[in-house]
Amino acid sequence: MARRILPGFPLALGITLVYVSIIVVLPLGALVFKAASLGFEDYWRIVSSPRAVASYRVTALSALGATVFNLVFGMALAWVLVRYRFPGRRFIDALVDLPFALPTAVAGIALTTLFAENGWFGSVLAHAGIKVAYTPLGIMVAMAFTSLPFIVRTVQPVLEDLDPALEEAAQTLGGSDRSIFLRVILPLLTPALLAGLSLSFARSLGEFGAIIFIAGNQPMSTEITALLAFIRLEEYDYQAAAAIASVLLITAFLMLAVTNILQARALRYTARG
Amino acid sequence: MKIRLDNVVKTFETFRAVHGVSLEIESGELVALLGPSGSGKTTILRMVAGLEYADAGHIYFGEEDATDIPVRDRGVGFVFQHYALFPHMTVAENIAFGMKVSKTRRDKATIDARVADLLRLVQLDGLAERFPGQISGGQRQRVALARALAVDPKVLLLDEPFGALDANVRRDLRRWLREIHQELGITTLFVTHDQEEALDLADRVVILDKGQIVQQGTPEEVCRNPASAFVMNFLGDTNRISAAVSDGVARLGEAEIPAPGFADGPVEIFLRPSDLGWSSSGAGIPATVARVIDRPAGRRILAMTATGDAVELDVAPETRVNAREQGVITIERARVYAAG
Repeated sequence: MARRILPGFPLALGITLVYVSIIVVLPLGALVFKAASLGFEDYWRIVSSPRAVASYRVTALSALGATVFNLVFGMALAWVLVRYRFPGRRFIDALVDLPFALPTAVAGIALTTLFAENGWFGSVLAHAGIKVAYTPLGIMVAMAFTSLPFIVRTVQPVLEDLDPALEEAAQTLGGSDRSIFLRVILPLLTPALLAGLSLSFARSLGEFGAIIFIAGNQPMSTEITALLAFIRLEEYDYQAAAAIASVLLITAFLMLAVTNILQARALRYTARG
Repeated sequence: MKIRLDNVVKTFETFRAVHGVSLEIESGELVALLGPSGSGKTTILRMVAGLEYADAGHIYFGEEDATDIPVRDRGVGFVFQHYALFPHMTVAENIAFGMKVSKTRRDKATIDARVADLLRLVQLDGLAERFPGQISGGQRQRVALARALAVDPKVLLLDEPFGALDANVRRDLRRWLREIHQELGITTLFVTHDQEEALDLADRVVILDKGQIVQQGTPEEVCRNPASAFVMNFLGDTNRISAAVSDGVARLGEAEIPAPGFADGPVEIFLRPSDLGWSSSGAGIPATVARVIDRPAGRRILAMTATGDAVELDVAPETRVNAREQGVITIERARVYAAG
């Protein structure tokens, strides 16, 4: 091996590998092993049962909705925090991390209280004929709440590092605000947006605590996949729980892989030639 | 297009960056704004571009008052110090940007043809498909120029265009920019803190200090007749020695320097190293050599006069002189300014 100037490589790599093995690979391996102990037919029967499929649909669609909402709202929030100076900016900046710090069950109960038909928001929305608590919309709200920081915190540093001269250059060349945003700023933010988006979506797929309080948990309509896996666990049907969880795992993994590829594409200009 | 600044003022927070600057730039002229950092030169350039609004005063493009025209409608080409190329676009896409976002629609073939012409003009034919991160600093600067020229600007503005480049690349680009200017005849204003760059490139040099114009003229005028001690000092190496005038003559050691029009009293004498000579005896300033520095063009002597002033002078390469040698500094040319 070539001699290294930076010290600590064997030790650091050793610690990293041990941690990754114990904390990440081992549990996931056990999950896959458990699911694989079912025969293919049993596995397929469990993961393709109507109740499971309905749970995939509501989970994926709600996660998609929450992620799209966060994409717009989170980017706006990052933009405001970076571009403008106003009283309370640091306070809002600190507030963004709150969903990370708050126990998700607490968030779920708080959101349920707010959006229940007699709650502050719920009673107003009920007049407009919109029902949030105990519907897929409620699931979306809980997912959006818990995954908002991902988009804000990935976009913010990139936006901060954006050279103001780029926008000035675009202006001197006659670009309108709209074309500057679409042709200069957005493409430069795309890699960060993709990263935030994939984290936000993956988190929404797996979110449990915040959702079960607001969702109503009706099988076939507002039952999320994570809850279905949990129910199977309660029934001591570990193999079925593992099978259902493996679907979530595979989905999240595929999605992260796809966004990584898209990110590499969006960053191809940084490759040295 | 002729540009005229009329008593332009700009204040940032509490700092007054530009105090009432008035300036005229003739159509097709190449003018340098020269000054130390904080002299307001970049602020003036940015006001002409419309990247800053003037607090008071007016900026005219030809006969039109451009003071309140937004930057995107002003029709200027601006080249930024650090190029500000769009990193996610290829060289060709960077150059085409202004034409693509323009209100006047152009078809793809027209844009492609114009991009090819500009790439040829800036001698980057083969690099159209590279990204800015894949080319050298000098090449980036040329792309930035091509991009600015693509929208047929009325005025070309350059902010420290060669500041971030190696000395050799700088000199080449300077000559090349001069050629491009001759070819296109576009009114050009550029900012620099490098006096050599300003004198090398510009038709006319405007020297700024603390937000005001202290002198303007052709390179010859400002070099031969610096209006103040500041200009004298800023334009090149110089020695400053305090002296006293009596009867219109200042005396430094044995040397007599005519100072017509100065009242008796203290003055400051400025001596360029190349305007001095070294001799073993004669009428001059007695001095001791402290050190000799050899350079390709000659030898520089660091000397200490009998009265304790440090003086630097340039002599011919074949001059034989050693440290600790005693002799006389002879004066060919000197400039006298009031003590201040």
